[in-house]
Amino acid sequence: MGRPQERHVSQAALGYLGAFGDALRFLVERRELLLDKTWEHLLLSGAAMGVAVALAVPLGVLLGHLHRGAFVAISVANAARALPSLAVIAIGLGFLGFGFGNVLVALVVLAVPPILTNAYVAVDEVERDAVEAARGMGMTPWQVLRRVELPLALPLLFAGIRTASVYVVATATIAAIAGGGGLGEILFNQASYRTEGLVAAALVVSGLAFAADAVFGLLQRLLTPPALRATAPQPELDVAAPRPA
Amino acid sequence: MRENWDGVLQPALVQHVQLTLIAVAIGFALAFVAALLAHRNGAFERPVATFSAFVYTIPSIALFQLLVPFTGLGLLTVEVALVGYTLLILFHNILVGLRAAPPEVLEAARGMGLTRRQTLVRVELPLALPAIVAGLRIATVSTISLATIAAVVVPQGLGRPILAALRDYFKTEIVAAAALAIALALVADALLVLAQRALTPWAARRSAT
Repeated sequence: MGRPQERHVSQAALGYLGAFGDALRFLVERRELLLDKTWEHLLLSGAAMGVAVALAVPLGVLLGHLHRGAFVAISVANAARALPSLAVIAIGLGFLGFGFGNVLVALVVLAVPPILTNAYVAVDEVERDAVEAARGMGMTPWQVLRRVELPLALPLLFAGIRTASVYVVATATIAAIAGGGGLGEILFNQASYRTEGLVAAALVVSGLAFAADAVFGLLQRLLTPPALRATAPQPELDVAAPRPA
Repeated sequence: MRENWDGVLQPALVQHVQLTLIAVAIGFALAFVAALLAHRNGAFERPVATFSAFVYTIPSIALFQLLVPFTGLGLLTVEVALVGYTLLILFHNILVGLRAAPPEVLEAARGMGLTRRQTLVRVELPLALPAIVAGLRIATVSTISLATIAAVVVPQGLGRPILAALRDYFKTEIVAAAALAIALALVADALLVLAQRALTPWAARRSAT
C-alpha cells in the first residue's frame, strides 16, 4: 500500500537535492534580483531596528536606572512578545494601509519588547555594590549611569538587540504580504520563482539573520570596555524568545 | 464581526487551538525523550541541539512550502513544521531544567538510597518544572504565531481569514481575525504563567521568565 507514496516521497527528496543545486545556480544567475530584494529587506529591517532601539533602549535604561516600572518593562513586554507577527502586520494594514510605513510600524512593535526587557534588566541588575562605590566616589547619577551602569549592562542589553535583530530580519519576510517588499516577495511567489528561488531566498534570509546577530555581537565587543571583555558573558542564540516568523 | 463569527471566525479559532495543542504536545513528547537521553548520556546533546537549531533557522514560509511534496497540502505539513520549530526551545529548556539540580541535592538523594529513576522522578523533574513550563510558554506562543503563517500554504486556523481578508482588503475582517489571533496568544500566555505559578509555588517570580 505504501509503495506509491514512498516512491513519491523519494522522488521529492531527489528533487530537492536537485533543487539545492538549482538554488545555488539561482543565487548566481539571479543575483541582481536577490541583491535588490536583499537591499529592500535590509532597509526595512534596519529602519525598524533603528526606531526600536531609539525608543526602547533609553526607556529601558532609564527605568532600570530608577529601578521602577518593572511591570511595564518585564510583564507587559513579555506578553507583547507573544503577539503573532502576521496578526500585528494585519492590524497595521487595517489601520494604515499597504506599504513600507505599515510594515515598519509592525516590525517596531515586535522589536521593542525584547530590547526593552533586556535593557531594563541589564541596568536594574547591575551590582548595587558597584553603584554604591561609584556614588561614594562622588559621581553624579548621570556619571553613575554613564560610567558604571551602562558598561556593566552592555552584554545583556546587546543580547536583547541581537534577539530583536534576528526576529526582525526573519519576520520582515512576511512584509511582502503587506507590500513591504524584501526577500519575502520571492518566498511568497513560488509560482514564478519555483522551488530553487524559494530555497535560495530562504538561504539568504537565514544568512542575513546570522549576519545581523554577528554584526551586533561585534558592535557589543567594540563597545564593551577592554577591562570587561574577558569576563563579559557571550550570549548565544536566545532561546528565551519566541521563534520569529 | 457577529455575522462572521459562526461561519468563519469561530471554526478558525477552534482549528487554531487544535493545531497549536497537537504541535506543542508532540514537540514536548519528542523533546522530553531527547532531553532525558541527553541528560543521561551527554553525547546525545550535540546532534539533537544542532538538528533543532538547523530547523529553527529555516524561514517558516519557506519550510511550509518545501514540506508540501513530502507531506501534502494538509494538516501533516503544518504540524511537521510546527513541531520542528518547538524542538529547540523545549529541548533546551527541559535539559537546562534537569541539570539545575544542585550536586548536594543529588548527593543527598543518593544517600537516602534513591535509585536513578527515583532521583529523576522525585528530585530532578520537580526541580526542572520552572524551566520546563517556561519553555512550554515560549513554544506555545511561537506556535500560535507560526500557525497563522501556515495558512499561506494550508488553509487552516486563524491565518486563513486573515489572509483571505488581506487579499480582498476587507478591513473589518482583517482586524477582527487578527485581533482574535492576538487575543488567543495573550490568553495562552497568561494561562501558562498561571500554570507556572501554580505548579512551582517555590520559584521566584522572575527567575523562570
